[in-house]
Amino acid sequence: MKWSLIVILLLCFFDPLYAQEQKSVNVLYLKIQQQERPTLSNLDPIPQNLGLKGAELGAADNNTTGSFLGYQFQLDVKQFGEGDIEAAQLALTASEANYVLLDMSAKEQLAVITDDQRLFFNIRSYDTTLRNEACRANLLHTLPSYAMRADAFMQFLIKKKWDNIHLLEGNSEEDALFANALRYSAKKYQLKFKQDSKWLLDGDLRRQAAAEVSLLTQKFGDYDVLFVADEWNDFARYIRYNTWLPRPVFGGDGLQSLAWSSVFEQWGSAQLQSRFVSIAARSMQNEDYAAWIAMRAIDEANIKTKFADLATQKDYLLNDVELAGFKGRPLSFRGWNGQLRQPIGLAHQSALVAMAPLEGFLHSRNELDGLGYDLPESTCKAFKE
Amino acid sequence: MIKRLLTLTVLSILASSVVADEIWVSNEKSDTVSVIDIDKMEVVREYEVGERPRGIIFSRDYKYLYICASDSDAVQVMDVESGEILYDLPSGEDPEQFALHPNNRLLYIANEDDAITTVVDTSTKKVIAQINVGVEPEGMAVSPDGKVSITTSETTNMAHWIDTETNKIFANTLVDARPRHAEYTEDGKRLWVSAEIGGTVTVFNTEDQSAITKISFEIPGVHRDKVQPVGVELNKDNSLAFVALGPANHIAVVDTESYEVLKYILVGKRVWHMAFSPDYKHLFTTNGVSGDVSVIDLEKLEAVKAIKVGRFPWGAAARPTGG
Repeated sequence: MKWSLIVILLLCFFDPLYAQEQKSVNVLYLKIQQQERPTLSNLDPIPQNLGLKGAELGAADNNTTGSFLGYQFQLDVKQFGEGDIEAAQLALTASEANYVLLDMSAKEQLAVITDDQRLFFNIRSYDTTLRNEACRANLLHTLPSYAMRADAFMQFLIKKKWDNIHLLEGNSEEDALFANALRYSAKKYQLKFKQDSKWLLDGDLRRQAAAEVSLLTQKFGDYDVLFVADEWNDFARYIRYNTWLPRPVFGGDGLQSLAWSSVFEQWGSAQLQSRFVSIAARSMQNEDYAAWIAMRAIDEANIKTKFADLATQKDYLLNDVELAGFKGRPLSFRGWNGQLRQPIGLAHQSALVAMAPLEGFLHSRNELDGLGYDLPESTCKAFKE
Repeated sequence: MIKRLLTLTVLSILASSVVADEIWVSNEKSDTVSVIDIDKMEVVREYEVGERPRGIIFSRDYKYLYICASDSDAVQVMDVESGEILYDLPSGEDPEQFALHPNNRLLYIANEDDAITTVVDTSTKKVIAQINVGVEPEGMAVSPDGKVSITTSETTNMAHWIDTETNKIFANTLVDARPRHAEYTEDGKRLWVSAEIGGTVTVFNTEDQSAITKISFEIPGVHRDKVQPVGVELNKDNSLAFVALGPANHIAVVDTESYEVLKYILVGKRVWHMAFSPDYKHLFTTNGVSGDVSVIDLEKLEAVKAIKVGRFPWGAAARPTGG
């Protein structure tokens, strides 16, 4: 009798997966509001709950598994006004969550992240430096980098043999970052922007796009593709069909390079899309997907390591995880910078055109590593320790 | 001479009136079911059905065909002789796959959008039970003795073991990412579960729900990420298992004793599911992207023919006609 009790107690202790007591996995969703940028058009406002709804769906998905295995995800949401880094830091200190989803700019992330035992997930910033020299050992990125998005475009151009490319760069900080990623990527794939121009018009294009854009693009001479680095879709929406020559537009609201879009319907994604729409009443976007897959990664790390300590979980995520992300391939994290390997979709408003990596872009390790900074080019040192 | 000719004609008329065995295939993106004549190896009929048909299964007497019309949110019942849709069964939302109980009455349906398994009595057309399962249930099976029903859930990565007496889950077993299909051996002792993203097939001992082995696949020249097992079928004496490997465009042939992969057979693009001819001489595979059905000769273990069907063929079921 006594012995059997001890055995039972021991079993409960050593097999947490099937323990009687309900386990709880705490995730903190930390958001700092971003500045609303004035754009020329008033269409397409950015949803206030961008990202957050993806995290909520991820928690709900995880909790279905949890209901069978006896654990529960708790999502604690803390949102702060523009630039309020201090409040975010305090909220982080007060939280006991092991996992933190960061919905803020790259600079703010660097100010908020602490070295203590937590695992952070970047779900908002495409900034390549955050995966390179500014990388942190406890920061994983589920949103792709600018570099990954740029590389997807270049693979497509090579496939199409559209190699005469022109770049038109917008004026925001993000436009510059993406334009730089495009230039770097072009070089990597041995393409070159024949010409490079800055966007200078500042009149109201809603009225005069036909005249102005036509004149501007006439100066560009001939090209196959016009690239527009306009991350806020400020002026790019007025470029299409207003160019001097009949040429396709990439970037802005032309062909887009995306982590996720409502037009992804292959690989079983219809179910994910409809689950998302039913909780958010809008379609799933890049940041929502990044937050959702981050939650799924946390779930997988807990289940597969049987709720081991964070270091073991991180090790599992960086080396062994295979996530089902509705993109036709298993997704995993890069061991050298914590970036989630993932296919990038090239899409317009109503269809997916191609999914990079495109066929033929081979890689000795994983074709997904043709997108973004590969091991030999990476300048991230934090993961080497 | 004339007499002989006449006899020949009569004979040939007789021969053609004997209907050959058939393979029925659902076409996900043309909302039809194609019927392949196994003697002619071509499509002889095509029936319009509900939206996005996926899983199809015959009643045990082959009088009815049950069709999961996913986007119509219905399981349709077709009269096999006439090809007419007789009525819809209540199915819950977005039915994707199902399994028929050996009693020929109960249908276990996976409702992919709702995380529910619905049990429908096909004779009274009533829902008997709805069982909460993991996110995106898909693979369905019923044990040969009818006592256990299986649902695999794609996002929860589990096989749920349901007691068919109580309609309650009595065990949950984790498998690799995105399980899509479950198949019992004829003796009911083993359960094969494929995991699409994990790239593996797990074989369970059904007595205690423990995993016996996990089979991986390696095809020269195909990246392992593209090896995505979906359909699993066992041959007549259960000595071989056939596993459809999705975008790897191959069928793996697995020895069920040693669990070794004996061969990879090249078929069409994005292979989903399979059905044996009633005489077990051929295996038919549905190839979603190439829009055709590959025919595998089971003696040679080679694909011998491709038959064009509708857009995105998905499910397959054999109909013996005694012909």
